[in-house]
Order: sequence, then C-alpha cells, then structure tokens
Amino acid sequence: MSSVALHRDNYLNVSYGIKSWLLTRDHKRIALLYLMSITLFFFLGGAFAVLIRLELLTPAGDLVQAETYNKLFTMHGVIMVFFFLIPSIPAVLGNFLVPLMIGARDLAFPRLNLLSWYVYTIGGIFTLTAVVMGGVDTGWTFYTPYSSTYANTHVIATALGVFITGFSSILTGLNFIVTIHTMRAPGLTWFRLPLFIWSHYATSIIMVLGTPVIAITIVLIAVERAFRLGIFNPALGGDPLLFQHLFWFYSHPAVYIMILPGMGVISELVTCFSRKRIFGYEFVAFSSIAIAVLGFLVWGHHMFVSGQSPYAGLVFSFLSFMVAIPSAVKVFNWTATMYKGYISYDAPMLYAMGFIGLFTTGGLTGLFLASLAVDVHVTDTYFIVAHFHYIMVGGMVMAYLGGIHFWWPKMTGRLYPEGWARFAALVIFIGFNLTFFPQFVLGYLGMPRRYHAYPPEFQVLNVMSTAGASILAVGYLVPMLYLIWSLRYGKAAGANPWKATGLEWTTTSPPPTENFLEAPIVKEGAYEYPPGAPSRDEDEKVA
Amino acid sequence: MSEHIIPRKVYFTIFGALMVLLAFTVGIAYVHLGELNVVAAMTIAVTKALLIILYFMHVRYSFRLSWVWVGAGFFWLIIMFALTFSDYFTRDWLPVPTGWK
Amino acid sequence: MWVFLTTEVMFFGGLFLGYAVYRGSYSHAFGMASEHLDIVLGTINTAVLLCSSLTMALAVHATQLGTRKTAVMFLLLTILLGSVFLGIKGVEYYHKYDESLIPGHDFHFENADPRHAQIFFSFYFVMTGMHALHMVIGIGLLALMAYWTYAGRFSPEHASPIEITGLYWHFVDIVWVFLFPLLYLIDRSGSM
Repeated sequence: MSSVALHRDNYLNVSYGIKSWLLTRDHKRIALLYLMSITLFFFLGGAFAVLIRLELLTPAGDLVQAETYNKLFTMHGVIMVFFFLIPSIPAVLGNFLVPLMIGARDLAFPRLNLLSWYVYTIGGIFTLTAVVMGGVDTGWTFYTPYSSTYANTHVIATALGVFITGFSSILTGLNFIVTIHTMRAPGLTWFRLPLFIWSHYATSIIMVLGTPVIAITIVLIAVERAFRLGIFNPALGGDPLLFQHLFWFYSHPAVYIMILPGMGVISELVTCFSRKRIFGYEFVAFSSIAIAVLGFLVWGHHMFVSGQSPYAGLVFSFLSFMVAIPSAVKVFNWTATMYKGYISYDAPMLYAMGFIGLFTTGGLTGLFLASLAVDVHVTDTYFIVAHFHYIMVGGMVMAYLGGIHFWWPKMTGRLYPEGWARFAALVIFIGFNLTFFPQFVLGYLGMPRRYHAYPPEFQVLNVMSTAGASILAVGYLVPMLYLIWSLRYGKAAGANPWKATGLEWTTTSPPPTENFLEAPIVKEGAYEYPPGAPSRDEDEKVA
Repeated sequence: MSEHIIPRKVYFTIFGALMVLLAFTVGIAYVHLGELNVVAAMTIAVTKALLIILYFMHVRYSFRLSWVWVGAGFFWLIIMFALTFSDYFTRDWLPVPTGWK
Repeated sequence: MWVFLTTEVMFFGGLFLGYAVYRGSYSHAFGMASEHLDIVLGTINTAVLLCSSLTMALAVHATQLGTRKTAVMFLLLTILLGSVFLGIKGVEYYHKYDESLIPGHDFHFENADPRHAQIFFSFYFVMTGMHALHMVIGIGLLALMAYWTYAGRFSPEHASPIEITGLYWHFVDIVWVFLFPLLYLIDRSGSM
C-alpha cells in the first residue's frame, strides 16, 4: 500500500474546484460539507460554553452582566442543540454510510440531500446573524410569554433560523426512510441490516413526525411577537403551558434524534472491537424503534413543576420510566457482546466504552428525574444540566468522535495517528467527568441553573467544573489537529483496516463516486466475525 | 403508486357524496345539539376526509406502506392530543386557589 | 410524498391542538366570534375546493390514460378553482379588516371577552393563512405540471409527478374540510 498519494479515482479526486463540491449530488461529499459546517458550529457553541464556565469561576457575577449571561447560555444551547447535536451523526456519518452499508449507489433523492445541506446552512446563517446582532436571552427553550411578548432580543431571527434548519432535518429523515425501504442490495433483508441502519431508520421516523410540530410552534411565537397577539400570554387569555406542550412534544423526541444514531455507532464499534456478533440483534433493533415510539409519549416530564396537572404528571412519569427500558436493553446487549470477546483498545473502542459508562450514568440519573418527587427538588438546578450533558456530551459526542475515528480511513483513505487518538480519548474522558460530575452535586445541593452568580459555598465545585472544562477543550482540539494532519501525512488505509464486517468495508478507501464497482449481493447477516483469535495484522493497522 | 385506473364515474359519485356531506354539515350546524354539534361536525369531516383519501388519493388501491404512513400521521396526532388533554382535562381535579381559566 | 404529507399532518396538527385547547376553555367567546365569519362565503369556498379536488383527480386520470389535452384542461381548471378560493379568502380577510377584527391591529369585539375572541381570530388567521400559503404553493406546482404536461413530459407510464401533485392538493383540501366546520360552524344555532 503506497503511503503517499491515493492514486485510484475516488469520490474525492474525481473532480476539483469549489463548484464541484457546492453542486455535488454525491452523498459522500455532502457528508463532508456537513462535517465542516457542524464542526464550525460545535466550536462556536463551545466558545459560548467557555465564557459560561469562566463566569462561573467566581460566585459574583463579575465577568459579564446578567443579561449577557442569559444570552451566553441561550446561544450555547440553541447552537449546540439545533446546529450540532441534531444533525451531527445522521448528517455526517449517516449521509456517508447509509448508502454504503446497504450496497446502494447513493441516497434515494440526491438533490434533496444537497438541498438539505443548503437549508441547514441558510438556517445557520440566520441564527448567526441574530447572534452577531446581539443574540437572544430566552434560553434555548424559548419559554413564553417572555419570548413571545416581553423579551427585547432577536427572538424572531433566531427562531426563524431554527425553523429553516428544521426542514433540513425533515428532508434528511425522508431521504433515509425511502432509501432504506427501497434501495437495499439483493439479499439484504431487514434483519441482516447493520444496527447503524436500524437506528438511523428510527431516528428518521422521529425527525419526520416531530420536527413539524416545533416548526408550527416557532411560527406561532413569531406571529405572536410580530402582531402582539396573546396566544401564549396569560394577560391576554393565553396559556404559556400550551407553548410548553407544543415545544416539548418535539424537543423531547429530539433528544432521541440526538442519541439514537450514536447508539447505532456504538453497536458497530462494540462488535468490531470485540470481534463478536452483537448479542441479541433483534432486541437491539426493536429497541431502537421502541425508543423512537416511546420517546414521543414522555414530553410532560419537562413540565412537572410548570403548572401542568399532577395527574398528567403521573402519566408522564410512568411513561418516562418505560422509555428507559429499551435503552437499558441496548446497554446490556453491548456489554454482553463484549463479554468473552477479543477486546482491542483502539481509539474508537475507547470512545465506545466511555459512551457505555457515561450514557448509563446519565440515563440512570434520568430515572431520578422521572420520579415526580425528586424532580420537584432538582428541576432547574445543575442536576438537570449534568444529566443531559452526561447523555449528550458523554454519550452522543463520544459516539460521534468514535464514529469519526472508526470511519475516518474509509472517508479519507488515511489512517489517523493511533497514539494521539487514544491520548485524546482519555483526556476527553477525564475532562468530561471533572466538568460534569461536580454539577450533579451542585444541583443536588441546590445551585440553580441559568444563574451567573451563586452563593460562595458552591465555588469549589464550580472551579472543579471549569478546570475540567479546560481539559475537555484541549481534548476536543487535539483530534482536530491530528485529523487534519492525517489528511496529508497519514498512512494510506486499505479497504478494511479494522477487518470489520459491513458492506462499506468491501469497497476501496476512499470509495469511488458510485460506491461499489460491482453491485454487492448479501448472503449473510451482519457482524459475522469469524470465531477464534482476531485476524488483524499489526502492520496494516497502526500509523 | 397503484396501477389501478379508477373510472371517471367513481370520481363523480364521490364528488356528489362530498357535496351532500357539505350541505349536511352546514345544515346540522343550525340545529341545536349542544356538545354533540362538534361531534357531528367532526364525524362528517372525517367521513369526507376518508372519501378523499381512499378514492381521490387512491389509497384504497395502494400499497400497504402508504396506509402505514397515513395511519402513522393520524396516530401521532392522536397521541399529541390525548396526552396534552390529559393535562387540560385534569387540571380541575385538584383544588387550586386560582385556576388559569 | 406520503412521508412528506405525514409531516404536514403533524404541522397542522399542532395548530389544531392549540385551537382545541382554547375552544374548550373559551367556548362562549369562540362561538360568538365564529358567527362573525361569513358562512356563505365559507360554504362556497368549501364547495370550490371540493370541485378542485375532483378536477385534480380527473387530471390524474387523464394523464394515466394519455389524453394530454384533457389533462392540461383539468389542471388549468384546478388552478382556476384554487385561485377563486384564494380570491374569496382575500375578500373575507378584507371584511375582517373592515370590521376591526384583525388581532393586534385595532381589534374590537362586543359580545364576549375580547381577549378570548382575539385568540379565536389569531387562530383563524394563522390557520387559514397557513392553509392559503399551502394553496399558493400548490397552485405553483400545478402551473409547472400543466406546462410540463403540455410539453409532453408525461405519459401513462410516467404519470407519478402528476399523481404526487394530486396527493398534495387533496391533502390541502382535507385540511380545509376540517378547518371549515371548526372555524365557521361552531355555533350557528344561536344557543351560546
């Protein structure tokens, strides 16, 4: 294998020039376009997080004013949720891998795919403009009547940005659903599909059914603000809780949009790096669907203390306990897969193991929150902040990084430096726990969220958290550096450096534009790793 | 999409039925039925919608997958309504000093 | 298209939910406010839209049979009926403006709590406005389809774009089928 240039004609070098990228219909190039936009937004959202943690180093509100602080956490939330977490894995890894994994040439609607990137970018520009013009301070949840009547920040511009980007989600979901239904290779029955595909299918269902509701909610907010109506304003007969019902009807399933693809990635990583078939394939596949469906039934758990009827609260609490079950099934099955497997500790596997631990922690704290009595005390405190960051950052972002590393050789034809990658994974794990574990304690002790000043007795834990954040930041920067480095100096990867199963590994790295030189025919199930000792060569693997 | 081509006569018949239902819906609005007015109106509306879906949109002769998506949309709507109303209908069950109503 | 229509069901569904919540709480005001809507124009509009669904179905039928000119004629008829609908809607909106019933803009209401009535009219305008927007998009699509049919792009083997446009159009009609009784016919028997 030459370690210099990738000589074969592949999707990267088949044409050059910015037009060939901006007008591409190749799902792989679109995935890379998304990669760039999403990375940009991730670091922007991260910058806001840095400012937040700096402010919270001291009990007094001395770095920024209260109003500015409100804008900081709002923008951090809006950008991270809508422009990073929701698109990330589906738009980057999903777009790249779904056709490859099912043996198809591209997605069902390649032009819609490109449109969806443009829509995402336009929405992003709208929101960025709002940021530049002064930002929003309502919290990413836009609660009324503050957001619809009383706020004097750029609510409509930001909300419109989110509205536009929502269509990107819908189009991607639509594309995946049709592709998975209609374009599977011969012999690839539903139960031979990689679990990555199952989880993207479930995610697409949520995208399609949930996103329109937040779209209409945003329209109503914008209309109410523009025409000074009272749909959600109690002073004019409106009900703020109606907004919350409509908002959370989408936003809770949205968090499953964020985590399900990550779970799909973990299924791929755990099987490959344990050299074993997944334990309980059907259970994992069906639990993806179960999470998607049940996830729509629990939104009221965000509203336990907002004036919702306690009887409704009972129902939502019960359903919230139920939704934990399929997630638990997956965690058990991943663990069982690892049992008596041949574990190797490559960077993607480190991320996967980190995911399993941190997601479980975050998920278990979700159970605390599902019980009404506990939630009454810890809601709107840092306990909640820690809970969702464990799942989103400890879970989703780790899965995203694990996936990026795992499929980097396929996407770029280059190997990244394994030593640095393992180092970065470790730094991220340590930094993450130092940042967010103190927040569980802080929340339990009563520190409210979204406050820029706090009582002095909370300072030690806050300092720990900020220190952790600085380590985490380093952990995120290091992969940026070596991944870019590897584009030019990384060793050339073969078609299947990890000796993994899956159709995407049967084609070259990087793949040709049409994905496969010959249409594949599938004769066996997923994850058919040969029993016995691992068969990977040391030479081919490490850079 | 289905291959079945529906004869024009069917379309005209369905159209006739829809117009009759329209007249019915307007007429019944003038009859005092109290709470049942909205039930009647919605029943007629659902009937009209079904006629349009089954015949004008060819779902009657369509693959089962289309049925699934049509059904899914309405099922999800029902979920949204049911759980939201579980809140609104039960708000009065507890004695609260000032309800929002 | 079916998947897309499912998203539309959820989109309008959110509006219907909000409407339902407030109608339950403010039934008196909603009933009173509804009487200010012109039932004659509303009924005519409903009939117009149902006609347009018929002509749309006939346009698809003609395309499936390969009778190009008939298809174009029916598509143009559908566009015409759709435009009539929008025109009547425009007249209704203008009447509301005349009667000071535009929310947020000099709103006056006598027979019931004006705040509740204003909420009714907010929903009225947002729901029919969204619906009208979808109609405009539909008419645009139909115009494109009419042009392409005229240019010979479609045939009995290749009729799906017309069928898909038909699905969209019928869906928009179904939304109106629900909007009409909920907005115009709340209580015409004068019992509230």
